Amino acid sequence: MINVEKLHKSFGDTEVLQDINTSIERGEVVTIIGPSGSGKSTFLRCLNLLEQPTSGQVFVNGEDLTNPHVNILNIRQQIGMVFQHFHLFPHMNVLDNLTYAPMTVKGESKAEANRKAEQLLSKVGLSEKVKAYPNSLSGGQKQRVAIARALAMEPDLMLFDEPTSALDPEMVKEVLDVIKDLAYSGMTMAVVTHEMGFAKEVADRIIFMDEGKIVEESDPKSFFEKPKTERAQSFLDKVL
Amino acid sequence: MNLDFSQIVPYIPFMLEGVWVTLQFVILAIIFGFILGSLIALVKISRFTLLKWLADFYTSIFRGTPLILQLLLIYYAVPQLTGYDISPFLSAILTFGLNSSAYVSEIIRAGIQAVDKGQREAAEALGIPYRPMMIKIILPQAMKNILPALMNEFITLTKESALVSVISYLDLMRRAQVVSSDIYRSFEPLIFVGLLYYAMVMILTLIGKYVERRMRASD
Repeated sequence: MINVEKLHKSFGDTEVLQDINTSIERGEVVTIIGPSGSGKSTFLRCLNLLEQPTSGQVFVNGEDLTNPHVNILNIRQQIGMVFQHFHLFPHMNVLDNLTYAPMTVKGESKAEANRKAEQLLSKVGLSEKVKAYPNSLSGGQKQRVAIARALAMEPDLMLFDEPTSALDPEMVKEVLDVIKDLAYSGMTMAVVTHEMGFAKEVADRIIFMDEGKIVEESDPKSFFEKPKTERAQSFLDKVL
Repeated sequence: MNLDFSQIVPYIPFMLEGVWVTLQFVILAIIFGFILGSLIALVKISRFTLLKWLADFYTSIFRGTPLILQLLLIYYAVPQLTGYDISPFLSAILTFGLNSSAYVSEIIRAGIQAVDKGQREAAEALGIPYRPMMIKIILPQAMKNILPALMNEFITLTKESALVSVISYLDLMRRAQVVSSDIYRSFEPLIFVGLLYYAMVMILTLIGKYVERRMRASD
């Protein structure tokens, strides 16, 4: 579903991503881990062109995102994204946060968008917050709303950029539970995370990045028990 | 102490009329400045490098030279260069409108760019096109930054409007001067129009506070 070929990204003189080649299959859950500054988030943001790759190609369902003629808005509709800092629209209530894009972008009727939004809110356990404004929600609730907002577009693929890193420790679980449910429901996902327990439990595949490169790529069991590279071993020694 | 406010009593209607004369061109200049300023702000946040450069240059000219110089240039230079005999009223609207547009464009640009860039990314990630994103997501949030600063700009413009007295436009300020040369007293008419300016500014300030309260209520 996603194919990344020879992806490079530089900010000025610093090369943040160097020759990234990988792919994500439909239904697969991939977690991307690595030390901070390793390029994980930049890599994820290249997948929906929030960052413009310096060179290389990113194919989503066969369409090359880096082709300037491609309709990026259309492709982004198929890719949901959840940010570290939520980025809910603060001037809209929870319901409007969920319905605005489906109504504006996909032309859904208000009734239909509302019905779907309410379903999604009950799925993330926030049915009673329909009329609440983001400012009145806790971090964990905000993030669950943000997940529901992304899902309201009925994407084929979900990108999570450190979805629990900005949360108080006691709120991490409620958000991870929602993401896990989603993973088990068969959603294709790429998750940048520091939650090793979550990665181990949910991922079909781990991508370990360091200094802008994919250092190791394997299934969670072998990655956590017998990492092939020294770099991954020393990383795991520090975080586990 | 030699004070005699009774002497200005016959001139009070004449001076009060100045309030309306001043407001007339101030309101028109504000509207003109706001529309032009908004357009310039749109250019400033766009991707057209040459236009952006022009907009920045325009802003720096109007912010980098005295307002009274701009006023005199327009009032005297337009007839000299084009032969068109521009009226004080039109010169005033033009000068204050152009000058204000430079400040307004900066206020709007800064207000838009102060909105968390995550908002834009969230909208982009949802596939929302540029126009609805700006109108429904970015601008409503930018308004909170823009409106208070905009009210300040309008207050400044109202006070600075007194400058038009130098091109013999019969505004509030000029009327004070006319009265004082009539009665050979400066203090009383000046104090009187001073109070009128103060009242106008206070009204604008109150409107500004009301608007700000309304904005905060939506948080």
